[in-house]
Amino acid sequence: MKKSIVKVKPVKKATNRRQFLKLGGMGVVGASLLVACSNDDNGMGMMPDPDNPDIFDLGEGDLGVLNYAYALEQLEADFYTKVVNSFYGNISDEEMQVLTDLYYHEVNHRDFFKAAITAAVDGNTDLVLPTLEFDYGNLDFGNREQVLTTASVLEDTGVAAYNGAGRLISNPGYLLLAGKIVSVEARHASAIRTLLNPGSADFAGDDYVTTDTGLAAALDPSVVLSAVGDTGFITTPFTANNLP
Amino acid sequence: MDIIKFLDGFTNESLLHAKPSRRDMFGTLGSLGKKAVLSAIPFGLATMPNKTYAQDVGNDPVSALQLALTLEYLEDEFYDLALQSGVLPSGRPETVYMQISKHEQAHVDFLITGLEGAGVTPVEKPTFDFTAGGAFDPFNENGVGQETAYAQLLALAQAFEDTGVRAYKGQAGNLLGSAFLTPALQIHAVEAMHASEIRRLRGLKGWITNNERGAGMPEATQAVYNGEENVTQGGVDVTTLGNTAPFSMEASTEAYDEALSGDDAVAIASLFIVS
Repeated sequence: MKKSIVKVKPVKKATNRRQFLKLGGMGVVGASLLVACSNDDNGMGMMPDPDNPDIFDLGEGDLGVLNYAYALEQLEADFYTKVVNSFYGNISDEEMQVLTDLYYHEVNHRDFFKAAITAAVDGNTDLVLPTLEFDYGNLDFGNREQVLTTASVLEDTGVAAYNGAGRLISNPGYLLLAGKIVSVEARHASAIRTLLNPGSADFAGDDYVTTDTGLAAALDPSVVLSAVGDTGFITTPFTANNLP
Repeated sequence: MDIIKFLDGFTNESLLHAKPSRRDMFGTLGSLGKKAVLSAIPFGLATMPNKTYAQDVGNDPVSALQLALTLEYLEDEFYDLALQSGVLPSGRPETVYMQISKHEQAHVDFLITGLEGAGVTPVEKPTFDFTAGGAFDPFNENGVGQETAYAQLLALAQAFEDTGVRAYKGQAGNLLGSAFLTPALQIHAVEAMHASEIRRLRGLKGWITNNERGAGMPEATQAVYNGEENVTQGGVDVTTLGNTAPFSMEASTEAYDEALSGDDAVAIASLFIVS
């Protein structure tokens, strides 16, 4: 169950869309038999990684999924904060509106997860993913194409991540909350895709939605975190040793 | 299985009582609060339980999927008729409707295959009336004119997509612990992508602000948006989050889509169902 650590790597390219989209196309529909084993009745336990005792592990069960979502929301919120703090030149009113809305939504999601997880672990902040740090390497926030392409990757990946994590959630309340958030992420993904290719079918494109069954991507945490790790955007290491 | 019977059964009586119970498969899933049994059988091959939660009529995976199929039938026929109507302008509108139509058809086929694979008889396709008894003329069949018909085509598409998002979300809990949860979530996301595009095609934001149905939406569609003004998520008032200025109502409601109960989803769909 050992998973690679999400940690800093040199940014190879400004954006790494191709890899994300390739992953996004491989939506897995419950193809593997996976049973989250836990001796912990409430599923909110956490096991230290013996090899990396000082590195935060997301945990298992519902806590692991919440921390996982919190990590992704932290990344999105930080990215859009940088976007709105220095919009690329000649930005259209429509694009400014969309990106500003996304900034507010993602910051709200991030802060919500912090509050929700803190409540779920009765204030034991050792179990709450710390505030992460980010580095976008040579990504040019003044370049429209790079900003929108990165936004698209983040939204697509977020949707696939929530879709893949739903089955790992035990508590119906958390499942509902994830559902409330993932559809907003999907609305974002659609809007950004249309900004990138107006008038096309890309809003729910064949690169993301299977043509035979009409299903959006769903990816396991290990796949998503590996792809996120490859971007080098998240510089604070953490592990997901107890998530599939 | 008759659609009206299904709709009645959704609220009133136990569905599929006559089916043999396959409770053993889900037998360890005693209650909603317990850890889910993570079954990983591909959708089409899964075996459905008669009732996972026998005491909760209508709150079981079969009812959830039958409701989903009913809504997909509605969307699928709507987009088919829209594309045949000659009302849609070429270019972006036609491109968008064709892509959505492809997905809704796929969802219908997928759900039928899944239900049949599970030994369940899918609900039959209802007879739809997209004029809702003469209130609309989205296909310009009664001479309302191309421009008005097109506006209604867009308005109905928005209502159907936003309803679909809310309805799937409302059924997620009923699929918890079943192999059908992940594909249902995957469809849920696609409906949200559709909704965003249709809304933006209409000049609105892709996300829902407060409980606003948005400019140009008939008042009859308000039921689709009631409840979207909620700002309490998991016990947290999300307008108070953050350590700087509080979040606006707009941002706080846009950031979360709300669920629709099965009964409410059925009530909305029933406006367009003749039999």
